[in-house]
Amino acid sequence: MHAKNLRILVPLFSLLSALAVSSLIIALAGRDPLMIFQKMVHATLGTPYGVGQVIFRMTTLVLVGLAVAIPFQLKLFNIGAEGQLLMGAFAAALTGAALPASLPSLVAISLCTLSAMAAGACWALLAGVLKVRFGVNEVIATIMLNFIAQGITGYLLTWHFAIPSTVHTARITDNAIIPTFDSVTGWFTNSPANLSTLLTIAVALLFWVLLYSSRFGYEMRAAGLQPDAARYGGINAGMHTIVAMSLGGAAAGLGAANIVLGYKHSYESGMAAGIGFTGIAVALLAGAHPLWILLSAFFFGCLEYGGLTVNAWIPKDIFMIIEALTILLVISFSAFGKRAR
Amino acid sequence: MGVAVRLSGVSKMFGSFAANNNISLSVEEGTIHALVGENGAGKSTLTKIIYGMHQPTSGEVVILGKSLRLSSPREAIKAGIGMVHQHFMLVPELSVAENIILGHEQTGLFRSLPLKKANALILKDAETYRLAVDPDALVANLSIGEQQRVEILKLLFRHASIMIFDEPTAVLTPSETERLFATLRSLCRKGKTVILITHKLDEVLAVADMVSVMRKGEIVGTVPASSVTKPELARMMVGRNVLLRVTNPPASPGETMLNIKRLRFCTPQGEERLHDLTLTVRAGEIYGIAGVEGNGQSELLQALWGLAPEGSLISGEVTLKGESIIGKKPAKIALMGISHTPENRLRHGVILEYTIAENLLFGRHREAAFHQGIGFNSHSIKSYTAAMIADFAIRCSSPEHQPLSTLSGGNQQKVVLARELNRPGISLLILAQPSRGVDIGSIEIIHNKIIEARKSGMAILLLSSELEEIIALSTRIGCLYKGSIRHEFGQEEVALKREAEHEFEKEIGLHIT
Repeated sequence: MHAKNLRILVPLFSLLSALAVSSLIIALAGRDPLMIFQKMVHATLGTPYGVGQVIFRMTTLVLVGLAVAIPFQLKLFNIGAEGQLLMGAFAAALTGAALPASLPSLVAISLCTLSAMAAGACWALLAGVLKVRFGVNEVIATIMLNFIAQGITGYLLTWHFAIPSTVHTARITDNAIIPTFDSVTGWFTNSPANLSTLLTIAVALLFWVLLYSSRFGYEMRAAGLQPDAARYGGINAGMHTIVAMSLGGAAAGLGAANIVLGYKHSYESGMAAGIGFTGIAVALLAGAHPLWILLSAFFFGCLEYGGLTVNAWIPKDIFMIIEALTILLVISFSAFGKRAR
Repeated sequence: MGVAVRLSGVSKMFGSFAANNNISLSVEEGTIHALVGENGAGKSTLTKIIYGMHQPTSGEVVILGKSLRLSSPREAIKAGIGMVHQHFMLVPELSVAENIILGHEQTGLFRSLPLKKANALILKDAETYRLAVDPDALVANLSIGEQQRVEILKLLFRHASIMIFDEPTAVLTPSETERLFATLRSLCRKGKTVILITHKLDEVLAVADMVSVMRKGEIVGTVPASSVTKPELARMMVGRNVLLRVTNPPASPGETMLNIKRLRFCTPQGEERLHDLTLTVRAGEIYGIAGVEGNGQSELLQALWGLAPEGSLISGEVTLKGESIIGKKPAKIALMGISHTPENRLRHGVILEYTIAENLLFGRHREAAFHQGIGFNSHSIKSYTAAMIADFAIRCSSPEHQPLSTLSGGNQQKVVLARELNRPGISLLILAQPSRGVDIGSIEIIHNKIIEARKSGMAILLLSSELEEIIALSTRIGCLYKGSIRHEFGQEEVALKREAEHEFEKEIGLHIT
């Protein structure tokens, strides 16, 4: 079989098998899988509101997917998108609340977005520096940094920044809010889908160009494929490790901006809710390719929101199992696909 | 004596490509039968069929009179076939005896190993075939030659009567090679059959009884080794007359380019690998460093290319036209006008997944001529790629889309050489093992290009474990032993002694062991 066919067939196959396993589990839980899937499809893609919800989720997933995919070019496994997202979200919320209301909207949004990206990038940079300087495995470093990020944001929220008797920070200034599609064009009525989706698509395209058409990407991919040869070719692999981690962290931070500036308008306890880990699945299903990530994030967006909509028939726990199994199947099949090559 | 292996009409297809085409061959019991051919001629496919790793698409395999269809190495071992792979299949953390009985423990799963019994058997085999090795030693502590003996003992322990050796001398020193040949001969005397896969024609003529030559998936001839000469074998392999030794016109060296003075290299573990190494390379000459691997070649290359591992101690002087190299990074060293083909091509010289065009650019991707905006100038790269492919006769179909991994070893090496020989403004060329894993036809092209580069006034430092190559190309020769140049042959001496190659090889051999 040709490598090209395999690249398409493997993800497709893993999705189909995930569908089959899900049906089985739904049937075991005493429900008709067909009915559940019908309801899901209708609720996600059948109404403008549903589509908006999917697009909103997809936007964050694209960015956390990129957060995993960019370091993955160097064979680095960034498990820390969750922590990077949290740090970004907190930074965006604090900046947004501190900015004066008189600032022009474009400036306020830019400042908040940049602070989110910077916070995410710094958090990932730590893991990169630990890797290059002390040889600390990036998987362990990013997992630990996830805990630390949870601790820091939790502590700061509870003891310093939460509005009394709530679990969220002060609302960001109105000028820092990224407008929803609904308010601008009237699309996706009432849904949280906002203009940061457009920025996100641009970012994915930018990463695609950066990786596959620029000299920077040529060096980076070489350093990932054959680090020893890269050193011979005068490529600074350590620099690429640090840059790739930072770029990934910045993407995760941007994902937080979508949630905070576009939807929640403040930092709220438990808002990341494992989305950073779904990013791993998004990146793996897409083979870490920035354009395929758009598609795989869309799929996982459907799955996430679809799961919520059928809550009345299928308990949330069952859906958690299904989602995790899907991810496992995807990873297993992609490993199998690599071996077949 | 009967026939140990008989193949009749064996073909093996991979898709529409015939790796082996209608091969008929019979190997007499108790003989050494050599299988030679260029890379990609189908030698490995054929041995994998005999060893049960591949199943033939058509044809019959008869082992010791029985027609067999082996579906795995396990069945092949049962049928009395054993193989010594080029890369040994040993567990370094286990002892010699444990490695030998691995897979044939002959005991219950949770019972203790019958090591005593095994030791006795191993010692008896070792005695018979003079394969001295301590059964209790850890494999990790053995030399390469000793590890190979363990592999042979493993086959004897399993009562293999047909033994396949895949490029067994590639990793051995000249004296270890001699010793291996003695072992092979004694195996034959005891009735074992040896199938020897190699690309070194001298060795074939020295040790084999029969030679089969393969080309493009077919056997083009099987002849007694005693009735054939080296040029004849080479012609059979390549299909045309091959110049085995490149014409090397007298050199007229210019000023000193590379100057290495009392270079000392200590690894981070504190082992001294280079000791007061001193040599100079002048413009328009090739300085060949002869030596058995592991005498400091790798460390010299690391020091010259700014890649010594962190924590190594380097002292002494290394200068190019008076400017020091020590302490500089590879990219900076390349800018000084030094080019380098690494000794381990796959690990250091190329990115297998990248296309041929991308590999022709690798390490030179910072040159402004290839740039356009943040990306590459596809126009200038295209014309450069086409020029290199034509100049070095690189055989490929679509350089912009074909990954380098699809090329043969020889063509991969031509890509590396094309790239490094054509760096703009180079004054020193470091060539490490330029013909390793390269077929005879390509060696001819590569050697000619190296002589051409020398004539154009480049200073060339050549490191090779093939004495033949050193003698054929070098203007002067330094014998590297334990980290220093133990003896140097001057220009006239080399030119003179090149005429009596074998004598010269022996003389150099004395200085490097």
